[in-house]
Amino acid sequence: MKVVLQNLTKRFPSRSKKGDDVIAVNDFNFEIPDGKLIGLLGPSGCGKSTTLNLICGLEAPTSGSILFGEDDVTRLPPENRGVGLVFQNYALYPHLTVLDNILFPLQNLRGAEKLPRAQMLEKAMTAAKLVQIDELLERKPSELSGGQQQRVAIARALVKMPRVLLLDEPLSNLDARLRLQTREEIRRIQQETGITTIFVTHDQDEAMSISDMIVVMKAGVVQQIGAPQDVYDQPVNLFVATFLGTPPINVFDGTVRAEKLYIGEAAVCDVPGVGDQRVTVGIRPEGFVLDQNGPFAVKLSRVEVMGRDTSVVSTHPSSRNPVIRSIIPSLSRVDKTAETVRFSLIPQKVFLFDAETEARIPFESGIPGEGKQA
Amino acid sequence: MKKKSMKGWLYLLPAMVFLGCFMVYPLIDVLIYSLEEGYNSASQTYYGVGLYNYSYVLRDPYFLQAVRNTFLLVIITVPLSTGIALLISLGLNAIKPLRNLYQTIYFLPYVTNTLAVGLVFMILFKKTAYTDGLVNLMIQWFGGKSVDFIDGPYWAKMFVLCFYTVWVVMPFKILILTSALASVNPEYYSAAKMDATRSWRVFYKITLPMISPMIFYLVITGFIGAFKAYSDAVALFGTDLNAAGMNTIVGYVYDMLYGNSGGYPSFASAAALILFAIVLTITCINLLISKKHVHY
Repeated sequence: MKVVLQNLTKRFPSRSKKGDDVIAVNDFNFEIPDGKLIGLLGPSGCGKSTTLNLICGLEAPTSGSILFGEDDVTRLPPENRGVGLVFQNYALYPHLTVLDNILFPLQNLRGAEKLPRAQMLEKAMTAAKLVQIDELLERKPSELSGGQQQRVAIARALVKMPRVLLLDEPLSNLDARLRLQTREEIRRIQQETGITTIFVTHDQDEAMSISDMIVVMKAGVVQQIGAPQDVYDQPVNLFVATFLGTPPINVFDGTVRAEKLYIGEAAVCDVPGVGDQRVTVGIRPEGFVLDQNGPFAVKLSRVEVMGRDTSVVSTHPSSRNPVIRSIIPSLSRVDKTAETVRFSLIPQKVFLFDAETEARIPFESGIPGEGKQA
Repeated sequence: MKKKSMKGWLYLLPAMVFLGCFMVYPLIDVLIYSLEEGYNSASQTYYGVGLYNYSYVLRDPYFLQAVRNTFLLVIITVPLSTGIALLISLGLNAIKPLRNLYQTIYFLPYVTNTLAVGLVFMILFKKTAYTDGLVNLMIQWFGGKSVDFIDGPYWAKMFVLCFYTVWVVMPFKILILTSALASVNPEYYSAAKMDATRSWRVFYKITLPMISPMIFYLVITGFIGAFKAYSDAVALFGTDLNAAGMNTIVGYVYDMLYGNSGGYPSFASAAALILFAIVLTITCINLLISKKHVHY
């Protein structure tokens, strides 16, 4: 089911009488293609959960409309929208067994939709098998681990075969190992059912790893929508560039003179087509290449070996962050006692932003897509 | 190891001394009194040991009347007060404006003196030379015949006693239930809403199980409280409850000790122990039922 959001806006009245309204979601436009997994990504308070609540109908939008396929569902109550919602804390009914929890939505059906008990059980079993909890049906939620509760919540949301599945911070209550496993699981379930799925997260790893598309939000405004890799490689502004990626992007103050980028006094990179101006520079950690004759010299603080690759921590007077973090393959050896390290830069990993508006300033960085990492 | 356990007992000593003096000793004393036949409190003598006191009490028409009154009171007021308190709490939970005001109003009877409340009820229900009482005036206004609620027929007196009891115990129950309702995680209601749950089903399948421990607590304490009822009846019908036919078991115990027929600690002890047995049985039955229906 295709989901279309048109000019979706939600204002909350201010608590105090004089204060301004809080605009939780501001003019959200997006057409979510059928059968895709979408990650809504942003820091706390950016309006992503409100967006989810608007889609499922627990909140009514101030203006704008929501369409499922061709149906306008903006004014429909949640129960008539055909959405399944998995709550952040799962909201499993603690006094009911796993089976009764999954059966609960089916038992609410009335009139022509009412199912005979055998059919209800069959549907519940199908959902339970899908999320692999069919062994645990007689247990109470309190007797389950966090990951198992999560699966029960997904089964309960799926049992009525919703048109759209919504997940609110699905992994936030799980430990690191379970998180990795569960996100694969969500991907698998989504692909097996083919249900259009939207999930909310503040963890960019989570969103990048399993989404078909991600929506990056900040203060109620959509910043960028696209495939995870495209958003990572072509951020539209400084916020998106800093929000995506671990370790985060390194930010510098720089200037452009005669189509060359200067950080400090060193010309570090050619930036064809950019006029002379002050700029904010973002360089991805993997954009640094160890080079004895490289133009970019930094003061070495320490070297962190992480096995697969090596993290070089250094400082530079123009850096906005206290330290610069660069990731280099573990095969290249760094002299840990050296005072300075020299790098050359991969142009595709260098982004220029307007010093005032923080919008991206594009430049020709060679063949598009070159230097992409899988 | 031994030293350690000595220390433990030392810490327990103050509590044990108090409990021993004021609970265990009197309890044993009551049991002994109840078994001493023909005990005379003046000469501190008795004829023999046996169950005569119990058989006397169980055949005493005043005691049987008191048991009947107490049971009626329990069976009528406990479910009624809990049910009405639940309805009012649900209502309070559903409204936003003036909620605090209503909560305060509903809580007023709790902080009002029992005898003052009794006085108010007298004004409402008692027939005097000058007036028939407010309730009777209203009955007459609707074309009914006035009833003497305080000195009249048994059902009228029982009605007033039950009305009074329900009214007096209500505030505490409302207080407990509103806080229980407020502590139910709103996510459950959102989840139920997503699943198109009808409102009575939300109440029956979600709200009720969630607050069941509190309801259970109220029912247990309600039963025990109603079995121990005495002061309410005194506030309404005066101290001579046997004459009014409105005595309760605790009232009977009191009368046997200090009332007009007083001076019979053996009968009083026997009656008290019978009450204890009744309350214990009912509480055990409650606990058994709760195992199936209360969700912690």
